Amino acid sequence: MTGLRSRRHNRLGTVALAAVPLAALVTFFIYPVGGMLARGFWPDGSFAPGEVLEVLARPRVHRVLWFTLWSAAVATLVAVVAGVPVAFALHRLRFPGRDLIRALVVVPFVLPTVVVGVAFRQLIAPSGPLGALGLDGSAAAIVAALVFFNISVVVRTVGSFWEAIDRRREEAAAALGASPWQVLRTVTLPALLPGIVSAASVVFLFCATSFGVVLTMGGLRYANVETEIYLLTTQELDLSAAAALSVLQVLVITGLLGLSARVRRSAVPVDRTTRPLPRPRRAHAAVLIWTAAVVVFLMAPIASLVIASLRRGEGWGLENYRALGTTGDRNALLVPATEGLLNSLGIALVASSLALVFGSVVAFLVSRPAGGRLTGVLDGLFMLPLGVSAVTVGFGFLITLDRPPLDLRSSALLIPIAQAMVALPLVVRTVGPVLRSIEDRQRQAASSLGAGPFRVLLTVDLPVAWRSLLAAAGFAFAVSLGEFGATSFLARDDRPTLPVVIYRLIGHPGAANFGMAMAASVVLAATTAAVMFAVQRLRVGSIGAF
Amino acid sequence: MVSTDSTTGDSSTSVGLEVSDLTVRFGATVAVDQVDLDVPAGSVVAVLGPSGCGKSTLLRAVAGLEYPASGSVSYGGRDLAGVPTHKRGFALMFQDGQLFEHLDVAANIAYPLRLRHSRGHRSRLAQRERVAELLDLVGLEGYADRSPGTLSGGERQRVALARALAVDPRLLLLDEPLSALDRGLRERLAAELHDILRAAGATAMLVTHDQEEAFAVADRMAVMRDGRIVQSGTLEEVWSRPADGWTAQFLGYATVLSDDRARRLRELAVPTATWDSVALRRSALRVDPTGPLTARVEEARVTPDQIRVQLDVDGAGSLPAVADPGTDVRVGAQVRVSLDTSRIAPIPQGI
Repeated sequence: MTGLRSRRHNRLGTVALAAVPLAALVTFFIYPVGGMLARGFWPDGSFAPGEVLEVLARPRVHRVLWFTLWSAAVATLVAVVAGVPVAFALHRLRFPGRDLIRALVVVPFVLPTVVVGVAFRQLIAPSGPLGALGLDGSAAAIVAALVFFNISVVVRTVGSFWEAIDRRREEAAAALGASPWQVLRTVTLPALLPGIVSAASVVFLFCATSFGVVLTMGGLRYANVETEIYLLTTQELDLSAAAALSVLQVLVITGLLGLSARVRRSAVPVDRTTRPLPRPRRAHAAVLIWTAAVVVFLMAPIASLVIASLRRGEGWGLENYRALGTTGDRNALLVPATEGLLNSLGIALVASSLALVFGSVVAFLVSRPAGGRLTGVLDGLFMLPLGVSAVTVGFGFLITLDRPPLDLRSSALLIPIAQAMVALPLVVRTVGPVLRSIEDRQRQAASSLGAGPFRVLLTVDLPVAWRSLLAAAGFAFAVSLGEFGATSFLARDDRPTLPVVIYRLIGHPGAANFGMAMAASVVLAATTAAVMFAVQRLRVGSIGAF
Repeated sequence: MVSTDSTTGDSSTSVGLEVSDLTVRFGATVAVDQVDLDVPAGSVVAVLGPSGCGKSTLLRAVAGLEYPASGSVSYGGRDLAGVPTHKRGFALMFQDGQLFEHLDVAANIAYPLRLRHSRGHRSRLAQRERVAELLDLVGLEGYADRSPGTLSGGERQRVALARALAVDPRLLLLDEPLSALDRGLRERLAAELHDILRAAGATAMLVTHDQEEAFAVADRMAVMRDGRIVQSGTLEEVWSRPADGWTAQFLGYATVLSDDRARRLRELAVPTATWDSVALRRSALRVDPTGPLTARVEEARVTPDQIRVQLDVDGAGSLPAVADPGTDVRVGAQVRVSLDTSRIAPIPQGI
């Protein structure tokens, strides 16, 4: 009888626990996004789906959809081809400097999209080091930037699958007479396939919803669905069209997330041997050269950014950095750029705390072994922010949270909450797998020895999970520092974040403003990189893997 | 049929595996320390040792998965240094089978056959026949279409064995092949493994920490401790003459006596013998009204087959012994005891 009661008690506890993040998700994600969509479907208070469908027939929309699809597909393919050998080198071999390279590879992913766009333009601009290639303003440049941004997702995701493959399985195949190439084809690749499909679907998703990169590099010629939604809402005030594109995006993304989740569910063998990884041999030369080339590709835009930030006119110097204390040439900004950095840090602190609290509760709930269907739904629900246009979220905030009962327009919490919603799935994805890896019988053993539920959490879950919690908080902090899509709607001119400052500076004429944008980008990149290096030291395998 | 279609097809097959002066290091630790070991063609050799003694590393070095710091591994008189794992013509079977989960049972077993097929050795039909033959050999007829995920631990190991035997490897390497199984199944499968290896005419090297597994499967054994081979020979040689007290105890002898106690026992029970140290199995001492020794019962415990007692033997001290069911062995009783000399082993030096 007590068993029954305690089970019911447990279920009540679970529901109560789930209610907190669910309420946050509904209030700060579903409600604003729904509000934004409703504005499109009910333009004058009456339901008018015809107008929405009409939007999808426009030739310009077709062009935008086609560009979104092919640029994302090509970028995904290139990122997978480039990233898989790197995943092998960084997760299957042991060599000096490997950990540093692992950290370097992750940096592009958390770099603010605006910075990535600026860095690539700097590299390929007619005056830049690769100007002779004539790539400035081309689709190839956009694809290259998308690849740059997403290689780390492939490396981390496929790498974590690669680490989980029991090496003895490959050794058994080799002993049976399979050459290294045959082992790769018949044993390794089939086992990696779920990781590759999972990574590819997430990369496709990121590429198809990329905002900052396409906005800064696409100019007037290229737009994807995300920048088009931005354009339609802010410039043309055509909410029906924006809503139509948002709905389309949500449908496609939900489908992709479902596919990725299904593939991920297939069993991953767990490596039970603790044998140290082998050192590279001559046979690995090609993989190592490939890895070096990829690292060069990842570092080149950042290096050109640093060089540009040190350049003023014909000379070199730190003037651009000194100028960060000003409001720019001809007062391009309302406040000094340094204040933007302080704003960013403060907002990121609040946003990552919120994301950590909600995200770890969700991760805790979805990692319960006896959850069944319900936790699957919960997991999917909290992944939604990954796939919904940040622009839609930002604009939704603007139009739904501006009147009672929720008038947050002037609240300092508005931006942190929006960013927390964007970072939430990353926290769940980082902490969830770690909690799931804890053998449930350990919890049972603890509770049989007299530990209450809270005590079990404290003594069994926390000692294993604290690293991943810390790592997730750092990851959320870095993502929030660079968030641009939603923030660009919500940041007021007198209280901008650093990415907004950078975007404003490159939009203003003058070499001084451009130099300042470069310096601000370097500061932002260095800050996020520093956070990511610290996170990397925690050695949490699930960070940045999907 | 000893490895006649092995990859080299050389004539000196009777030589088999020769490991000489092999050392494998991991950084500062020496995992395998100047080991010499022979596995004659057609024989099954067990390397027996506690976990961490370096036996798995030795096996992996033979397979070409670890790189020796010094010494050599050769087969059929040919040095294998520089020959990669997949060209050695061996097969490796792990403790947990390491079946390929994305392939069904038949495809797992056919895996090495297909590798050869791609070099033009076997037709598809011949492959299927060979798979059926192997399934029959390991007692898994009708399992061809099953997925590895649906098999029990014992079935998985049989499939792994069939896969390893599929191409008649020159040498079969078995890494604790039965250790992951429960006791009853382990004993049954050990006997079957013995028969299957003999039926296939295989040359095999088995590493294990379980002396019963070694006795059931192998016909020669080498005992390994701290990276070194401390003793090797036929089962009979090793069993009847353990090299030292540690080896005797690792082989399952209950007690090792040395010095005064050993000498006193020898004078009392077997005055003709010459040993100074001796290992005794639990059943070496038996409560027997006609026995030459006298003792007092200290402890008695009934088991299904016999009564296990602890005796204070006059002159030799406290020793384990057995009594037939029904014998009067109350604690404190005085009994007579005989020593079964076929259940003791003299030891050259003390513990």
